[in-house]
Amino acid sequence: MNAAINQKPSLLETIIRKRWLGKGFLLAIAILALWKLTISFLAGPTIFMQQVINGFQLGFVYALIALGYTMVYGIVRLINFAHGDVFMVGAFVSYYAIADLGLNTWPAKVMPGLPSWLSTAIGVISVVLLSMVSCAFLAYTIERIAYKPLRNAPRISALITAIGVSFFLEYFGALPIAFGPNFVTYQRPFEVVNWVISTSGIVALEPGVAPPDNTLIISNISLYIIIISLLLLFILNFFVRRTRVGKAMRATAYDKPTSRLMGINVDGIISVTFAIGAALAGAAGVLYATAFPQVYFAMGIIPGLKAFVAAVLGGIGSIPGALVGALIIGEAEVLSAAYISTPMRDAVAFSILVLVLLVRPTGIFGEPSREKA
Amino acid sequence: MSKRLFVILSLVIIASFILPACGGGGSSTIKVGLLAPLSGAVPTFGISTQQGVEIAVKEWNDKGGVLGKKIELVVADSQCSADPAVNAANKLIDQDKVKFIVGEVCSSASIPVSEIVNQKKVVQISPTSTNAGVTVDKDGKVKPFTFRACFIDPFQGLVMAKFAAGKGFKTAFVMYDQGNDYTVGLAEAFEKSFTELGGQVIGKETYIKEDTDFSAILTKVADSKAEVLYLPDYYNIVNLVGAQAKDKGVTAVMMGGDGWDSADLDVKASEGGFYSNHYDPGDTRPIVVEWLKKFGAAYKDDQGQPKVPDALSTLAYDAANLLIAAIQKAGTEDSTKVAEALAAISWEGVSGTITFDALHNPIKGAVVIGVAGGNKTFAEAIAP
Repeated sequence: MNAAINQKPSLLETIIRKRWLGKGFLLAIAILALWKLTISFLAGPTIFMQQVINGFQLGFVYALIALGYTMVYGIVRLINFAHGDVFMVGAFVSYYAIADLGLNTWPAKVMPGLPSWLSTAIGVISVVLLSMVSCAFLAYTIERIAYKPLRNAPRISALITAIGVSFFLEYFGALPIAFGPNFVTYQRPFEVVNWVISTSGIVALEPGVAPPDNTLIISNISLYIIIISLLLLFILNFFVRRTRVGKAMRATAYDKPTSRLMGINVDGIISVTFAIGAALAGAAGVLYATAFPQVYFAMGIIPGLKAFVAAVLGGIGSIPGALVGALIIGEAEVLSAAYISTPMRDAVAFSILVLVLLVRPTGIFGEPSREKA
Repeated sequence: MSKRLFVILSLVIIASFILPACGGGGSSTIKVGLLAPLSGAVPTFGISTQQGVEIAVKEWNDKGGVLGKKIELVVADSQCSADPAVNAANKLIDQDKVKFIVGEVCSSASIPVSEIVNQKKVVQISPTSTNAGVTVDKDGKVKPFTFRACFIDPFQGLVMAKFAAGKGFKTAFVMYDQGNDYTVGLAEAFEKSFTELGGQVIGKETYIKEDTDFSAILTKVADSKAEVLYLPDYYNIVNLVGAQAKDKGVTAVMMGGDGWDSADLDVKASEGGFYSNHYDPGDTRPIVVEWLKKFGAAYKDDQGQPKVPDALSTLAYDAANLLIAAIQKAGTEDSTKVAEALAAISWEGVSGTITFDALHNPIKGAVVIGVAGGNKTFAEAIAP
C-alpha cells in the first residue's frame, strides 16, 4: 500500500493533470467534428439543412424542460429529478384534454365564424395552457409536501426525496386508475401540413405526394414547436428581468438569508420558481407528444435526462445557458443520428458534455463557482 | 360405517389402478396428447389452442376416426413454462401412454418437451412456437420427432419481399431495432429475398428501442425516394415512426411483420401500410370461410355471438390435423413411421398448404394485411 503511494505519478495521471493536453485533445475533436460537418454539408446541403431543422425541433423541446432544472437549481441548489415526470404528466393532461374533452376544438364550436387557422391556434394554446397550469399546480403541491420540510436538511436528503417523487409519479402513473401501463397513441391537436421551401417560394405539400428534389420540408409541427418555445422563452426572460417577482427570484438565487432580511418572501419565491419550471415542462410535454405522438408513464425519463444534461452543458443556473445547451444537445443528437449512426446519438451527446466540462467545469454560461459560507 | 367407507375407498383406488390399464391395453382408441398453458401467465393462449384441437379431433371422429379407431384427446396443463411442461409431457407419455403430442404453445416450454419426446420416440408438433431451437438441436441437427405448424420469424421477411416485388416496387429502405432478434431476423430475411427478387435495398438504418425521435432517419428515407419502408417492429414503434414519417414527407409504403398485429396499432399513422401475419379471418379461400363457420358454431363469445378464431386456434387446428393425417398416411401407430410420414406430408390447412422443409419448419403461405381507410383488411395470400 505504502509503496504505491510513494510511487511517481503514472503517465496517465501526468496526462490528466496537464490541462493543456486536455485542451489540445478537445481542439482536435472540435476540428474533426467541424470537418465532418463540412463534408456532410457539401455532400448534400439541402438534406443537411433539413437535419438541422429536425435538430431545432428536438432542441427547443429540451430547452423548455432544461429551464425548469436550471431555475430550480439556481434558487435552491436542488436537482429536481421529478422534473421529467412532471413533463410526462403534462403530456398526459393534454392527451386527455384532446382525446376526451376535445379542448382543441372548442373555438370552432363556440365561435364558428373564426377562420380555421385562428380557431385551431386558440384551441391548441388552450391545451398548452391547461397542461401548464396543471403541471404548475402539481409542482407546487410536490414542493410543499416533499421539498419544503427538507429546506434545512442536508442537500443529499432533498436529492433522494426528488428521486422518490420521480418514482412515485412514474409508478403511480402506471396504475390502471391513473394513466395505465401501456403505450397510448397521442392524438395530435391539429392536422399535419407540410410546406416545401425552395428558391421559388413556399408551397403547401399535398399529403402523400413526394416533395420535389432539393427542397426543404418544414411541417406545421416544427413551426408550432419553435414558435411556442420562443414565445415562452421570451415571456420567461421578461418575467425574470423586468418584474418584481423576477427580481426577487434573482435576489433569492444570489443570497437567501439576505433576501429574507430585505423582506422577500423566500418560501413563496421558491414555490413560484417550482411552479414556473413545471409549467414550462408541461408545455414541453404537449410539444413533445405532438412531435412524437405516443405517451406512456415512463416517457419523461429519457427527455428529462437529456434536458438535465443540456442544463449542465449550458451552465446550470443560467437561463440562456439552458437554451444554448439544449440546442447543442438537440443538434448533436440529430446530426450524429444522421451522419454517424443512430445508436451512437446518445454517446455523442454525452461526450460533448464531458468534453465541455473538462474545459469549463461550470458549463458554457456558468458563473465560476463561488464558495458559500 | 367407517369400515364400509374404507372398503369403498379401497375399491375405488384399486379400480383406478386397474381401469386405465384396461383402457390402455385395449387398442380401441388412438390417444393424442395436448400440452397447453391452461393456467399460468397466458391461459387465453391455452384455451384458444385447446378449442382448435378439439374441433379437429371431433371432425376426424365424426368421419370414423383414423385407422378404424376413434381418437381420444388427453389434455395436460403445461403452463407455458419449462418445468410444468416437462412434468405434463412425462405424465402423458408414461402414464397415459400417448405417442402423439400437440404442443406446447410457447417456445420456452416446447424446447424442453422436445428433448423428452425425441428420447422416447413420441411425435410432437407445436402449433405456435417460433424459436428456431424447437426443431433443431444445438449442433443444428434436426430433431426427428419434433415439428411445428407455424412459420419461423425470418420467413415473414421473405413473404413481404415477395409481396413488395409483386406490387412492382424496386427500391426499399429497411429500419430495424438492432437489439431485438425478432426485428433483426425479419429485416435480414427481407433484404436477402428482396435483392434476390430483383429489388434493391437502398438504405438501412438501425435504432434502439428507447428512441422516440426518428426525424434523422426519416429525412434520409424521404431523401432516398425509396418506394417501400420495411419496418418489422412492434406496433408501438410503428405508431411513432408512421406518425413522424407523415411530417417528414415520406411517401414510401410502410411494411412490417406480425408485430404490427395489435388492437393498439394506430391505423391513422400506418395508413396505406401492409404487414404479414399467420392467418386472417378476412381471407376468402373456401377453407378459411368453412373454418370460421365451424368454429363459430362450436364456440360463442361473451355476447353470445359466434366466436372468431384467432391465430392460435387456427394453428392448433392445423397442427392437430397434420398429426392425425400423418398417422393415417403412415397406416400404423408406430411413431417412427408417423414422424417420417409427417416429414413428407402435404396438407391443405387453414393457414395455407403445408409441407415441411429439412428442419421440420412448415413451408406454407402467409397472409398480407393492409391498413386502409382506418381498417385492417386482408390483402393477399402469399404462397411460399
